[in-house]
Amino acid sequence: MTPASLEFLSELVRVRSGVILQSEKSYFAESRLAPLARRDGHESVEALLDSLRRHWDEKLAAATVDAMAIADTAFFRDREVFEHIGKVILPALAPARPDGVVRVWCAGCSTGQEAYSMAMLGVQVEERVPNLKLDIIGTDLSQRGLEKAHSGIYTQFEVQRGLPIRLLLQHFEKTGDMWRASERLRQAVRWRQLNLLEDRRSVRAFDILLCRNVVRYFDPATADRVLEQMAGALAPDGVLVLGAGETTGAPSLARDESGPSTFRKSSAQGQVAA
Amino acid sequence: MGLVVDDSRSVRKVARRILESLDFETAEAMDGIEALAFCKAAMPDAILLDWAMPNMDGLEFLRLLRKEPGGDVPVVVFCAAENDPAKIAEALNAGANEYIMKPFDGDIVASKFSMAGLL
Repeated sequence: MTPASLEFLSELVRVRSGVILQSEKSYFAESRLAPLARRDGHESVEALLDSLRRHWDEKLAAATVDAMAIADTAFFRDREVFEHIGKVILPALAPARPDGVVRVWCAGCSTGQEAYSMAMLGVQVEERVPNLKLDIIGTDLSQRGLEKAHSGIYTQFEVQRGLPIRLLLQHFEKTGDMWRASERLRQAVRWRQLNLLEDRRSVRAFDILLCRNVVRYFDPATADRVLEQMAGALAPDGVLVLGAGETTGAPSLARDESGPSTFRKSSAQGQVAA
Repeated sequence: MGLVVDDSRSVRKVARRILESLDFETAEAMDGIEALAFCKAAMPDAILLDWAMPNMDGLEFLRLLRKEPGGDVPVVVFCAAENDPAKIAEALNAGANEYIMKPFDGDIVASKFSMAGLL
């Protein structure tokens, strides 16, 4: 890939998804885009990018950004996060919700493992905390990721990363070589395409917002702007959980030291401490 | 101490390397009979256990192990080609702590060992 093509691709991906491509990773771009180039009838990735540069094609541009989406995820990634949500956050939130509904948003849900992990956690906690119900929504920019998430179908390799065998047997059915999330699990999550970079006003207030291993790929200013906007979508006593090692300088968010990578609305800190 | 039980020499070699990378001093057995003799002499902390083996298979070994004095101590992680849900449930009922479906790699073993409380 020529430096000019890599620069064009980097700019396209940055503007559309906020993700900063590492310039030394052109081999990564090549391997991600090769199938798309073939499908779209181009001789090479270079030819695909060249064609896009000369004759703008919105669908092809979107497919290119989609193909570059980072899809590194696993069930119950960072187990301590899910333990904290199950043992501390949910039992504290449930009594404060008269209807028992706890609203969960997985932002940047990729292929769905995290949202399904929350759904499985919900089933576990519902047995201990009466009248609790998780309302889970998973969003991502990648249409391909969402299609897979919606299907609930995973390879044998994927269901062995992070998913305890008992939960696999409880919540998945074997179909051929693949494993499919149960009807109950699939009913528990709704999926929507959403670009976190776009300005929007949240109509709903979320109690648990997971945005893990997403903003680390943004530049710091973009990351803070995205997370500041997310703070506006949090319920007053809601929590935002970032990925391990991620932090934020967004003014409306303050670190909650009682949980791993956990943040709350800064205005809510006093209330929580009291 | 970790014990790798598998009739395939190459699988034992790969598994040993993975267990050693997870800081387990590692021993090997090629079937259930050898594994049981090993456990009677020195109970390991972890056992990575194949299912289909000559002489004594993994399931029979596990049932006998759990009846031994101190046989409830080792964390047993099956690592077998068998991937039928009913069969896996049978292994869990017999006292397996976790289950890996072959093929496997170091990430899966580390992930499963961590779930089983070994890491």
